[in-house]
Amino acid sequence: MINEITVNVDEKLAVDKFNVDEANPHIVLKADPDASEFDKLILCCPAGLYKRDADGQTSFDYAGCLECGTCRILCGDTIIEKWEYPQAGMGVSYRYG
Amino acid sequence: MADFDAIVVGAGCAGSVAACVLAREGKSVLLIERGGDAGSKNMTGGRIYTHSLRPVFPDFEDEAPLERKITKERISLVTESENTTVEFASPELGRPENSSYSVLRGPFDRWLASKAEEAGAECIFGITVEDLVWEDGRIAGVRAGEDEITAEVTILADGVNSLLTEKAKLATKPSAHQLAVSVKETIELPEEVIADRFQAAPGEGAAWLFAGAATHGHVGGGFLYTNRESISIGLVATLSDLCTSQVPIYQMMEDFKNHPSVAPVLRGGKLIEYSGHLIPEGGYDMIPTLYADGCLVTGDAGMLCINLGYQVRGMDYAVASGEIAARTVLEALEAGDTSSAKLASYRAKLENSFVLKDLQAYRNFPAFMEGTPRIFNGYPEMAAGIMKSMFIVDGSPVEPIRKKAMAPVKQIGVWTLLKDLRKGVGAL
Repeated sequence: MINEITVNVDEKLAVDKFNVDEANPHIVLKADPDASEFDKLILCCPAGLYKRDADGQTSFDYAGCLECGTCRILCGDTIIEKWEYPQAGMGVSYRYG
Repeated sequence: MADFDAIVVGAGCAGSVAACVLAREGKSVLLIERGGDAGSKNMTGGRIYTHSLRPVFPDFEDEAPLERKITKERISLVTESENTTVEFASPELGRPENSSYSVLRGPFDRWLASKAEEAGAECIFGITVEDLVWEDGRIAGVRAGEDEITAEVTILADGVNSLLTEKAKLATKPSAHQLAVSVKETIELPEEVIADRFQAAPGEGAAWLFAGAATHGHVGGGFLYTNRESISIGLVATLSDLCTSQVPIYQMMEDFKNHPSVAPVLRGGKLIEYSGHLIPEGGYDMIPTLYADGCLVTGDAGMLCINLGYQVRGMDYAVASGEIAARTVLEALEAGDTSSAKLASYRAKLENSFVLKDLQAYRNFPAFMEGTPRIFNGYPEMAAGIMKSMFIVDGSPVEPIRKKAMAPVKQIGVWTLLKDLRKGVGAL
């Protein structure tokens, strides 16, 4: 059971500098991911990229990925099909770090 | 003949130091970083203890983009609305031989990489190394896209989420109880405001760690470091335990920022960056194989990190392991032998240095933290209870303090407390 989420992480990610590789997602989920595995990622992904809406529909967007590897560690053997680092300078670029 | 004497993958603390030390000795070195610039994929809480930096860069205090010298340490046990803090301030914290500074990895890593470049290392940024090149069972270089570049020795300094140590068959994927995820916000505030809020002398600042409600009682904690013109604030939470939470880490972060002891410190500040990273917290027992034929592993890729709750270290180990790796490679090149048997002296050198001595000494601490949930949910409430018995005056007839202050302790149980203390001290 995951409590109601009141914070909007997307607004926070908006201050970061991203160069999204539109043509080549560096993380790909398996189709129909197991719900309890998906819940781990809702709880642990610092960017809040793994979402479940009010109707129970799950969604994932690699665009705001901070490339930490949390989802690879937790679900690399279960619901994650592919996990690579983004190509050639793509992805997040921390200015402060 | 290989293209380079050494290839270093990753321009963080370990990689740039290794590249710099090798280049200073006239070796041909290629430093490859996947970020568009050094530091652009890195994040720290954070502070660096400088004892291992000074031998490599004696003038670092004049050159490096350091934020503030840390001369004040705070540790807090927090409940949802309360805070029991121990604060220690001392000029001794700032003595040259043991000084520590808050840093931001963007500017700091760019400086470190520039030192490697100045020394003669060839640096390329924005190239992701995807795999290793193998020749007769030994690691002979790296592959990026269609390109293969070879070296006598390849130093892996590609960080905590190292895909390359797994590809090199030196490590298996760490488990969820060995890693913590960190989320951080960099909050911009004027230099003077930060100095005033932390009662800090010019150029000095504070490190502040939190346990308890910061992570909603889960294994981990909060951190706050003062930079020159910003505050780094964030959380660290062990993945295996965070999975059992009902609240996502980013919601915990927001709640932490709204804590009555935290919110006033951040008031008026502007979010200038939101970042996330993994931290190796499994200690000595999660260290992978650190050498192979033609290959060494350094820094976070070697899981060289310690979190004791009051002391968090990784960058000083990374710097030291980078330097020790470089010295090992110099010996190997000199001997014309870069086999695993020759490079094994890297591990021996680390064992003889503070790096693996420290990790060995604190070997049992990660299990203690994980096995003592009361640190995060129980003791913060107990501390607040004791404080309330001392500070709340409401006109009702007083009870003896020994009775009143013992009530919160009895809730936990005196024996439980003593046992936890004994275990904790034993693990340190």
